[in-house]
Amino acid sequence: MTSETRGIQGLDSGQLLLICAGGMLAVAGISHTAAVGLVDSQVAIGFGALIACGELARLTMPGNREVAPISTAAAFGYALLLYVGGDQAAHSALQVVAVMAVGMIAGGLPHLAVGRAPRLDALARRLICGSLLAFAFRPFADVLRPPPGGAWWVALLVMVLLIGVALAVDVVVAGLLRAEQVRTAFSVAVRDEARMAAPLGAAVSASGILLALALHSMELTALLAFAAPLLVTQVAFRKYAGIRATYLQTIRALARVTEVGGYVEPGHSRRVSRLAVAIGRDLGMAEPELLELEYAALMHDIGQLSLTDPIPGGATVLTDPEQARRIAELGAEVIRKTGVLNQVADIVRRQCDPLEERPPLASRIIRAANAYDDLVSGSTNRDRAAAALERMRLDGGTQYDPEVVEAMATVIDRLVPVNRL
Amino acid sequence: MAALREMPWPAKIYFVLCIGAAGILLVWSGQAYDRLDWSSTLVLALLFLVCESVPTQLSVRQAAISVSFSAALAAVVLVGPEGAALVAATAVFSVRPGLPTHKRLFNGAQFLISGYAAGWVYTLAGGVPGLPRRTDFPEIILPYGAATFVFVALNFVLTALILALAEGVGKRQVPVPDVAQFLLSYLGYATFGLLIAGLWATVQSISAVLVLLPLFVARWAFGQYHAQHRSYEATIAALCQAVETKDWYTRGHCTRVSAAASMIAEEIGMGTERLHAIRYAGMLHDVGKLGVPTKVLQKEGFLTEEEFAAIQLHPMRGLEIVRGIGFLDEAFAGIMHHHERYDGRGYPMGLAGSEIPEFARIICVADAFDSMTSDRSYRKAKPQEEAVAELRKWSGTQFDPIMVGAFIRALDRDGWNPPASVPAPSGMPVVTAAKDHDDPTTPIQVVSDR
Repeated sequence: MTSETRGIQGLDSGQLLLICAGGMLAVAGISHTAAVGLVDSQVAIGFGALIACGELARLTMPGNREVAPISTAAAFGYALLLYVGGDQAAHSALQVVAVMAVGMIAGGLPHLAVGRAPRLDALARRLICGSLLAFAFRPFADVLRPPPGGAWWVALLVMVLLIGVALAVDVVVAGLLRAEQVRTAFSVAVRDEARMAAPLGAAVSASGILLALALHSMELTALLAFAAPLLVTQVAFRKYAGIRATYLQTIRALARVTEVGGYVEPGHSRRVSRLAVAIGRDLGMAEPELLELEYAALMHDIGQLSLTDPIPGGATVLTDPEQARRIAELGAEVIRKTGVLNQVADIVRRQCDPLEERPPLASRIIRAANAYDDLVSGSTNRDRAAAALERMRLDGGTQYDPEVVEAMATVIDRLVPVNRL
Repeated sequence: MAALREMPWPAKIYFVLCIGAAGILLVWSGQAYDRLDWSSTLVLALLFLVCESVPTQLSVRQAAISVSFSAALAAVVLVGPEGAALVAATAVFSVRPGLPTHKRLFNGAQFLISGYAAGWVYTLAGGVPGLPRRTDFPEIILPYGAATFVFVALNFVLTALILALAEGVGKRQVPVPDVAQFLLSYLGYATFGLLIAGLWATVQSISAVLVLLPLFVARWAFGQYHAQHRSYEATIAALCQAVETKDWYTRGHCTRVSAAASMIAEEIGMGTERLHAIRYAGMLHDVGKLGVPTKVLQKEGFLTEEEFAAIQLHPMRGLEIVRGIGFLDEAFAGIMHHHERYDGRGYPMGLAGSEIPEFARIICVADAFDSMTSDRSYRKAKPQEEAVAELRKWSGTQFDPIMVGAFIRALDRDGWNPPASVPAPSGMPVVTAAKDHDDPTTPIQVVSDR
C-alpha cells in the first residue's frame, strides 16, 4: 500500500491479466504483420511515428493516471482510416495493432533510457482500447467507405459510435482496476474514471476522426498539422496536472510544520490523512470529496500553531473537549484565509463536534482517524491496534460514529497484517 | 471604450468612419451575392458566432483571443471576400450580455472590414475562393498567409486605434514577449482555419467541430489550471502566515520577502518559470523557523553557542519540510542558503560569492530589507532610505552587489509598500521575539561556552 516501487510483485491480479492480454495482442499483431507484410508502409510508418511522439509526450493526470492523448488519437485515426490521398486504405486490424505496439515501444524507449519505467497497465489499456476500435471498424471498412465524392455521414456516425463504445469499455476496465487497487466500490471507481476521462476523451476522439478524414483529402504531411489542436489540449492538461500535483505536495509538506514545531508527533498528519482517505474510500466517497478529506486530514492540527506552547505529546484525544474545539476553530480560521478551501475549513472546524450535532462525514472520519493515531501513535502492533479499536467501540456512538469505526476496523485489518509473521 | 456620448470627438469621427466604411463595403459586395455559396456562408457565420460568444483565453497573459479567427479565415478561403465579410459581421450578434450597442456595432464593423480586406488580398495573391482541391496544396499557403496577415493586422490596428482615441490606452508600450506570444497564438488559429477549409470538401461543417472541439477542451483545461493556480497561491500564502503567527512582529514577512525577491528577479531578467519558483521560495524561506524553540527567540542579550546553533539550523529545517514539493531545484537551494554571506561567513555551509545559488543571494537581500523596514520589539522600523543605505553598506560583504543594485533600481521605479506600524501587543498573550536573525543592523551576539 505504502510502497511506491513498481515491479511485478506490486501489481495485482487484474493488472497482470490486462498486461498479459496486451502483450499477447501485441505479439499477435506484430507476428501477423511480419508474416504477411506491411500494407501501405509509408502511412503505417507515419502513424507509427505519431504514436511514438504521443507516447514520448505522455503525462500523468491527477490520481496517478497515465495518459497519452496524441498517441491515442493517432491510433484511433489509423484504425478509422478509409482513404489516403484518394487511394483506399486496405490495412487490417492486426496491422493497426502492430503499428500501435511498435510505436508505443519506440516512444517508451527514451523514457526507459532516463530511468522512467513504463506503466505497463496503462500502456496495455491504451493498446487494448485502440485494438478494440480497430477490430470493430476495419472489417467493415469496405462497406462503410463512401465512393469518391459520396456522403460521409454514415461512416462518420459509425466512427463516433464505435469510439464511444471503445472509450466506454476503457473506462470500465480502468474502473475495475482502480476498484481493486485502492479498494473502493466499483460503481464509485467507474464514475471517477468517467469524470476524469470525459474531457480528454472528447478531444482525443475528435482529433482521431479528424486525422482519419484529413488523410482523405490531403497527403501524409498533413498528419502533423492535424495533431496541432490536440497539442494545445495536451499543453493545457499538462499544466493542470502539474499544478494539481504541486498543490497536494505543498499541503502535505506544510502540514509537517506542526511536527517540526513539536506540536504533534512526527508523521502524525500523514498517517491520519492516509487512514482517513482509506476509510473514506471504504465508505464510498468519490474522488473530489476524498481530496477535500485528504486536505482537511493533513491540516487538522494546523490550529495548534496558534497556541503559545505545544500541548505535551500533542495528543489531542486526551486534551479537554473545549480546548480541542478551540484548536479546530483556529485551524479552520487559518484555512478559511485561503479564500478557496472553504469546504476544507468547514470539515476541520467541525472535527470535534459531538455526533448529535451531525458533523459532516469527513469530519467524523478525521475525528476517528485522529483518535486512533493518538492511541497507537504510529505503532503497527496488532494488540495495540485492537485495544485502540476496542476503546473507540466502547464509546458507543457519542463521540465516534460507529459506522466510521467499523470501516476503520476493516481498513486497519488490511493495513496492519503487513508486519504479521 | 467609454460610453459613446463621453468619447472625445476624434474617437467619434473614427467610429462613424468605420461604421460608414463597413456599410459601403456591405452594399458594394451586394453585387456578388447571387453567386455566393449561401449554405456554407450560413454555417460558417453560425460557427463564427458561437466562437465569438465564447472568448477563449488560450495564452497565459491577458490577451483574450477568440477561436472565431479560425472560422473567419476559413470563410476567406471557402466563400471569398463577400462571404468572409458577412461571416465576420455577425460579431454584432455575439452573445455577450452587457455589451453596449455601440461596441457591438464597432466590433461588427471592424470585423467586416478586416474580413473583406483579407478576402480581397487572398484573391489578389492568386487564391481562388471555393473548396480547395488537393492540387491547391501547398501553393495555397502563400495567399492564405497574406490574408491572415491582413486580417490580424487590420483587426489589431482598428481596435487599437479606437482604444487609443477613446481612452488613451496604448501610450504604455506593450512588452515585446507578450506580442510574440500573441502572434504565435494567431499563427495557431490561422493553421486551424486552413484545416477547417481543407476538410470542408469532405465533411463540411463537421470539420470545424472536429478542429474546434479539442480547442474548447483545451480552453476548459486552461481555465481549470488558472483556477487551481490562484487557489494554490492563496493557500501557500495563508499557510505561511499561519506559521508566522508564532511571532507577533514578523506577520506578513513571508509575503513581503516573496514580493521583494520577485522584484529583484524581474529586474535581472528571469523567465516566467523561475519567477514563479522564486516567489514560492521567498514565501517559504523561513518555515523552518518553527523548529527554533520559542525561548531562544525570546531570550534577551547574548545567546550561547548551542542556542545560536538552533537558529542556524532553521534553513535546513525549512528545506526538510518543503523537500517533497515538486519545485525547481533552485527554489530549494534558495531556501537552504538564504543566510549565506557574500564574504563566506554565513550559515549553514559558509559558501562565498558566486558559490551561493542565485536564488539565495536574491532572497538574502529581500529578507534583510524587509526585516529592517518592519517594526521589531527592540526597535521601530527604519525608513526606506536608511535601509537602502544599510544594504549599500553591506554590499560585497554580506550581500551580492549585483542583487543590491538590481533591488535599488526596482525600488526606485516601482516603490515599496512598507508594512503598517505594528502596535505593541496588548491584552492577549502573544509571542514577541527579542531578536531577529534577519536583521543585519543588530547581529545576534553569541558568547562562547569555553
